[in-house]
Amino acid sequence: MEKNISRRSFLKLFGAGTVATTAALVGCKNKATKAVEEEYKEQVEPPVGKMTYRTNPKNGDKVSLLGYGMMRLPTLPVEKEGEDPEFDQEMINKQVDYAIEHGLNYFDTSPAYCRGLSEHCVGIALSRHKRSEYFVATKLSNFAPETQTREASIQMYRNSLRELQVDYIDYYLLHSIGGGGMEAFSARYIDNGMIDYLLTERKAGRIRNLGFSYHGDIEVFDHLLSKHDEYQWDFVMIELNYLDWDYANEINDRNTDARYLYGELEKRGIPTIVMEPLLGGRLANVPQFVATELKKRDPEHSVASWAFRYAGTREGVLTVLSGMTYMEHLKDNLLSYCPLKPLTEEEQRFLDDDIARKLFSMQNIPCTDCKYCMPCPYGVDIPGIFGHYNKCKNDGTLPTDVLDPEYAKLRRNYLIGLDRSVPRLRQANHCIGCGQCEPHCPQNIRITRELHKIDDFVENLKTNKMFRDVKKANQ
Amino acid sequence: MLRKIRITLATVMFIGITLLFLDFTGVAHCWLGWMAKIQFLPAIFALNLIVVVALIVLTLIFGRIYCSIICPLGIFQDVIAWLGKKAKKNRYTASKAISWLRYTMLGVFVVALVAGIGSIFQLLEPYSAFGRIATTIFQPIWKLANNGLAAIAESIDSYAFYSVDVLLPSFGMVLAIAGITCLVLIPLAFANGRTYCNTICPVGTALSFLSRFSLLKIRFDAEKCRSCSLCMKNCKASCIDFKTLTVDYSRCVVCGNCLKNCKFGALKYAVSGVKKSESADASRRSFLVATAALATTAMAQEKKKVDGGFAVIEDKVAPNRQTPLTPPGSLSAKNFAQHCTGCQLCVSKCPNQVLRPSSDLMTLMLPTMSYEMGYCRPECHRCSKVCPTGAIRPIRHDVKASTQIGHAVWVKKNCIPLTDGVECGSCARHCPVGAIEMVPVDAENEESAYVPAVNESRCIGCGACENLCPARPFSAIYVEGHEVHKEI
Repeated sequence: MEKNISRRSFLKLFGAGTVATTAALVGCKNKATKAVEEEYKEQVEPPVGKMTYRTNPKNGDKVSLLGYGMMRLPTLPVEKEGEDPEFDQEMINKQVDYAIEHGLNYFDTSPAYCRGLSEHCVGIALSRHKRSEYFVATKLSNFAPETQTREASIQMYRNSLRELQVDYIDYYLLHSIGGGGMEAFSARYIDNGMIDYLLTERKAGRIRNLGFSYHGDIEVFDHLLSKHDEYQWDFVMIELNYLDWDYANEINDRNTDARYLYGELEKRGIPTIVMEPLLGGRLANVPQFVATELKKRDPEHSVASWAFRYAGTREGVLTVLSGMTYMEHLKDNLLSYCPLKPLTEEEQRFLDDDIARKLFSMQNIPCTDCKYCMPCPYGVDIPGIFGHYNKCKNDGTLPTDVLDPEYAKLRRNYLIGLDRSVPRLRQANHCIGCGQCEPHCPQNIRITRELHKIDDFVENLKTNKMFRDVKKANQ
Repeated sequence: MLRKIRITLATVMFIGITLLFLDFTGVAHCWLGWMAKIQFLPAIFALNLIVVVALIVLTLIFGRIYCSIICPLGIFQDVIAWLGKKAKKNRYTASKAISWLRYTMLGVFVVALVAGIGSIFQLLEPYSAFGRIATTIFQPIWKLANNGLAAIAESIDSYAFYSVDVLLPSFGMVLAIAGITCLVLIPLAFANGRTYCNTICPVGTALSFLSRFSLLKIRFDAEKCRSCSLCMKNCKASCIDFKTLTVDYSRCVVCGNCLKNCKFGALKYAVSGVKKSESADASRRSFLVATAALATTAMAQEKKKVDGGFAVIEDKVAPNRQTPLTPPGSLSAKNFAQHCTGCQLCVSKCPNQVLRPSSDLMTLMLPTMSYEMGYCRPECHRCSKVCPTGAIRPIRHDVKASTQIGHAVWVKKNCIPLTDGVECGSCARHCPVGAIEMVPVDAENEESAYVPAVNESRCIGCGACENLCPARPFSAIYVEGHEVHKEI
């Protein structure tokens, strides 16, 4: 009620103001005012018809440099705590329309995304547009052993066509090869003959481009590239951003630097599709001192814009995928690519050396909130726990130093904040260490080890052990 | 004057003691804990001689002011009676004391006490009756209001308030008893004032023996009295007979209402005077008992096929412990039952949702422990700090950490490594005393599944293993209580 009144009075005021302004400006719309308005608009509203496109060397597809990742779809508010949210189809349609209107034409989904509902939602949104207006990409996500038979895998592929409401798929991927090493790869694509099936489908035109997405074991990546002559990969999807370029291996010795991956693809002339340009938002939500440094150089553009310009600058990149949940993400990312302003060499070095090193030294848990590990069969909210921990670490509010005069406050805030962001029954102390999540993690995080470390940390906070130890030592 | 002092002290006491029960942050008891400890029966139970003697002396000097300014149930009734008087002025009449009922109730109370029939004396004990109302009715409301504030705080990124669980289902019977107590007490107090205190309450009856001989009393000045009856009509204890100019001192709680209402100054609170007889009349009351049932559903481990979402977490079900658990500091089940008055103060203070009123008929209002919602955490000893009766004696952290209140028992058929075929070890990892080790289920085969082995002599029975066991609804490891606690 109060809200309505205040809104009404605001509108009244606003109306009166407009009338006054119009009266004052009758006949001579102030040019300076207009210019200021335009300038402001340019900073937040992406222009139409300015998108940068890259050409697929094989068939001349003109692909927009920004691709829409459909893994982080918007949801409706949950009615009861703990329930899975429903996806907001109306908002999905709206954002897809807006993207297409601004020249974006590449949409990437998977049968596994969004609790298996992503393809369905994307199908609804895209079917409202002409088939020639967009490229759609999906994947063979046969991770679960029962989906690895030939029949089940083919069924998954056919179901994708049905859900997406199309009779051909523009870009089809072997999903996340490398997880589980050569053994898993063989089980998913070789032993069941799926690779040959997909090659046939490509020949038949139902798959226009065939490629794979890679995370994890480098042996599989090298193996597939060594077979390039046989398979003729049309594209490959890798993680590429200024942290992974040189630090992927240092952050986690089981991962490979993007510099090597991209180099291998470039050598063979295979177009690269970039995923995780923002590392699940971690490169948009950087510690304040890093944000300040980036902003100092380019105060008119967002922190995230650096990561997008970085990913798009290399010519071998066909498109850069971003899972844009909110309209403001979509607008901001469009601004970075409408058109792309490539990084200078100096800027590139600044990101690769300076910023990446600073982020690396934060020692965050490299979780991108992709939720591949979920649902944990024992109910643990893995990305939620990591997210809260990283956030506090980045904000410098992790209660680690007992001698800090703020310690008691930080401790209280951390524990209250944890209960707020993760329900008690889904916190780290409920991880039993079964390890079922680990093979699913594209970042190769040793999830159980990290969860147990956080569990110990929280337990120490609860018992206030560190504080008592210090008190004892001082006595 | 007397009345104003009485109202001020009673207000302070009532707000204080109510806050003591409402508070869940563990702060209030540092300031207000004494308010529970000066209650008559808890002090007797705790063998707190100083308080008992002080209360006796107080009554011998001032009369039953204990009932007016210390007893929370008495003040609670005064609040209701005050509302009653707003509805209708001068509503009371004089009545005779129902001595047979008073003495019977006192007798029943003493017999129950001596015979150790907890539920009866807990039911009659006034402070505990108030404690049950405060814990099961007032505190949930308080917590809900707090959670509202916490939601607001969260929305503005403040940490001033945090959300707490409102524990309702396990209140069951005690909530029903508290509800019925309210239902009986509120109309009685509304219409007739202190009926309960002067017919049922054993503490009131016990104090009445002393108050007859108190130094200060309400006394009539026969010369000034015009027999207007206003004193009688405003006496919530129904103890003034204006015709015979007598006051029944066994029932008078020295509220001072008569002094205020006498327009002729015919009543005064003074030392000397003549004493007369007594008697009364009132109504009776009965108690019903309701039960609450627990519903359960089954859940299997969910298979992962797609990304995201949450597995459903089923509620744990309390195991049927052959020996109930009593909190560290209670020394033994016997000591606990002998001293506890069932006030539920410890229940209202437990931050881990471990303590709750028992639903067993024999130990009906006695708090009991269970680990479905939390466990007895090492850093906490709040219950031992607040207990006014000595049922839970104060216990230091380090003593608690070595006090064995029970021991863990492994239930093979529920154990996750055997049922789900995955590694676990949650119990061993969380045991604060290292009493659990994971061993191969087949001693001959190192490759077989690892299951917990409990070293009973090291286990203190805190319930970390039971609470954090992933097996649901029945844990694969649970704590069996010990009759007598021991230090290990």
